[in-house]
Amino acid sequence: MAYILKDIVNKKDRFVSGHRMCAGCAAPVIVRSVLRSLNDEDNAVVSVATSCLEVSSCIYPYTSWDHCSFIHTAFECAASTLSGVEATYNSLKKTGKLKNEHETKFIAFGGDGGTVDIGFQALSGAFERGHNITYVCYDNEAYMNTGTQRSSATPHFADTTTSPAGEKTPGKVQQRKDMTEIMVKHNSPYVAQTALYGNLKDIHEKSHKAIYTDGPTYLNVFSPCPRGWGYNTEDLAKISKLAVDTCFWPLYEVENGVYKLNYKPIKKVPVEEFLKMQKRFKHLFKEENRYLIEEIQKEIDKKWEYLLMMEKITNNKEN
Amino acid sequence: MKERLSGNEAVATAMKQINPDTVAAYPITPSTEVPQYFSSFVANGSVDTEFIPVESEHSAMSACIGAAAAGGRVMSATSSQGLAYMFEMLYVASGLRLPIVLICANRALSAPINIHNDHSDSMGVRDCGFIQLYSENNQEAYDNTIMAIKIAEKAHLPVMVCYDGFITSHSVENIELLDTKVVREFIGQKKLDEYLLDEKRNISMGPLDVQEYYFKHRIELAEAMEQAKDIVKEVSDEFYKISGRKYDMFETYKLEDAEYGIIALNSTAGTIKDEIDELRENGIKVGLLKPRCFRPFDYINIPEALKNLKSLAILDKADSVNGFSGPLFSEITSAMYYKKLNVKTVNYIYGLGGYDIKKDDIKKVFDEIIEISKSDKEFKVKRYIYNEMEGK
Repeated sequence: MAYILKDIVNKKDRFVSGHRMCAGCAAPVIVRSVLRSLNDEDNAVVSVATSCLEVSSCIYPYTSWDHCSFIHTAFECAASTLSGVEATYNSLKKTGKLKNEHETKFIAFGGDGGTVDIGFQALSGAFERGHNITYVCYDNEAYMNTGTQRSSATPHFADTTTSPAGEKTPGKVQQRKDMTEIMVKHNSPYVAQTALYGNLKDIHEKSHKAIYTDGPTYLNVFSPCPRGWGYNTEDLAKISKLAVDTCFWPLYEVENGVYKLNYKPIKKVPVEEFLKMQKRFKHLFKEENRYLIEEIQKEIDKKWEYLLMMEKITNNKEN
Repeated sequence: MKERLSGNEAVATAMKQINPDTVAAYPITPSTEVPQYFSSFVANGSVDTEFIPVESEHSAMSACIGAAAAGGRVMSATSSQGLAYMFEMLYVASGLRLPIVLICANRALSAPINIHNDHSDSMGVRDCGFIQLYSENNQEAYDNTIMAIKIAEKAHLPVMVCYDGFITSHSVENIELLDTKVVREFIGQKKLDEYLLDEKRNISMGPLDVQEYYFKHRIELAEAMEQAKDIVKEVSDEFYKISGRKYDMFETYKLEDAEYGIIALNSTAGTIKDEIDELRENGIKVGLLKPRCFRPFDYINIPEALKNLKSLAILDKADSVNGFSGPLFSEITSAMYYKKLNVKTVNYIYGLGGYDIKKDDIKKVFDEIIEISKSDKEFKVKRYIYNEMEGK
C-alpha cells in the first residue's frame, strides 16, 4: 500500500492536543506517529516511563492519551510494567475472562534515561522473556526532564549540565552507548532506528512493522530537544534531516538479524553542518577544539562502514 | 483435609487454590520456594496463571502493578533485600490502589548479609500503604494468604502476608487445608472494573498530581486503610464460617485476667504461649497480645485490652537505629498514651539476624517487668535480648 501522508495524518489520533510538551520537541510527534501506525480497529495499552512525556501528557484530571489505555508507574520500569499487562492479557484471554472483540497491542515509551540507563535492566529482562510488546525509546540524548544531565546516550563531546564544556574537558568525554545494536543482540525479531525524516514514512512503516511483529520489538527514535540541544523550535524537521543526511543517525532496521539500511545518502553531509545548529556543540567550534569535530566525523564514518558491512554480510545467503 | 507442609509449601498451596491470573516473582531466600513450587504448578497445568520469571524484585512489583492494573488477580513473594528493592514500587502499588497480594517471608536486611529471620524488612516498609498481616505459624500463613485476596479486593489496597523466614517458611507442621472448591467460592471471581484492558472504556493510570490533588489522594489512601479494619474483620468472620478458625485484628492469650503482659509478632508468639502456660502453673498471671494486622493498626482496641496490666513488655524483632524504640513499641505506646493508659512498658529488641529467642529469654523478660512493676525506680525502656558471646 502506497504511503500517503495526507491519509495517514487523518487516521484516528491517539495522542491528542492539550499536553504540555515544548514547541519544537520531537517526542509528541514521535508518539503520534507511532500510534497512528496501529490499525484503526485495534486497541492499545501504552506504558510510559517517568519522563517529560509522562509528566506533560497525563496531569490529573486530564490525559492526552485517547483511544488507548495509559499507565505510568516509575522511571525504570516501563518495560516490566508493560510485561505484566501483556501477561495478564494472555491470562485473561486464555481463561475467557476477557471478552474483547479486537486485538490489543502493547507499546512502551521511554526517554533515553529511562531506557538505556536506569530502565535498561527491566527492558533487557522483558526482551529476554519474549513478551509481545513494542518498546519505543525517544532518544533526546540526555536527561531532559531534570534539566539536561548527561546520559549514556549523550553523544561524544556534547555539553550537558553534568558534562559541561569546561577549561579541561570539552563536554562529555565518553562515546555513547549503541543501544540499537544492544537490542539487536537480544535476538529481537525486529529492531529499527528511525527519525522524523521527511514525510514521516520511515517512522510510520517501522512502527507498524514493530507493533505487528510477534515478540519483543524495539524502536530507537532520534528525538531532538530544543531546550537541551539549543536550536530554534522551528528547526525540528531540519535538524532531524541533517542527523540522517550526515549519518549521525542512520536509518536502518534489523529483521531477524538481517540488516537493511533504509537510506543511503549519495554524499554524506559533513557532521559539522549538524553540529553547528546546536548550542550543545558550540564549544567544538573554538579553534583549539576543532580537531574534536574531526574525531566525531571519524566515529560516524566508522559506524556507517560497520552498518554497510553488516548489511552485506547478513544479506549474503551463502554465509 | 490434614497435611504436613512447610510454611512456604502451605502458602504455595494456597496460591494454587487461589489460581491467580498472574504471578511475577524473583527468587530470594527464604521465600524462594514459593515461586519455585508455584512454577511447578504452572508447568504441570494445575493453575491457569501466567508466571513471569522477572529479572529482579523491582520488576516483580512493577509487573504485578501492570498486571493488576490490567485487571488481573495478582500475587508475588519476596524477602529482605527483595522487599527493599521493591520499596519504590510498593508505594506505586498502594497509590494506584491495586489489590496485589505480596508474600513476605521475613528476613534480616544487609549489611552484614544474613539470611535469617527478623522483621526489619516488612517493618522498613510499614508506611508504604500495604495492609500487613502477620502469621504465627504455617496454618496462619496459609489462612492469611487466602483471606488476603479478599481483603485486598474489597479494600482496593495491596496486602503483604508476613511470616518468619526459616522458622515458619521452612519448618514442616501439621496443617488443615480447605477444599479448593471452598477456597474458590470464598474468594469468588475478581470483578473487572476500571482496568487497562477494557477496550470499550480506555483509562489513564498513574498521572502527575499537582499539590492539591496529591494531598487529596494521599488522604483518600489513609481513609481506605482506616476502612480496611472493618474489611479485615468482615473477611475474617466469613473465613471462620468456612474454616472454624477465628481471626481478628489481634489475638490475645490468657490476657483477660493477666497482671503482666507481653506483645510480639509472628512465631515468637508461639514460644511465648508455651512460657505463659508454665508461669501460669506457678500462679503468675501473665498474658500475650499478638497483633495480626499491623497496618491498619487497631489503636483503639489494643490499649483497651492492655488497660488492667501492671507492666508490659513489647518485643520488636526490628530495631530503629537509635530511635526511641522499635516500631511495635512506638505504635502501641502512642495508642496507650492517647487512651491515657499508664502501664509501665519496656521495649525489647530481640532476635536480629535470626538470633535465637528461647523460653528462658521470655521468662527473663517477665521477671524483669514484674520487678519493674514493683519498684518506683526509673527503668531503662529500650533493651536488647542478647547474651555476649562466650569467651569473648
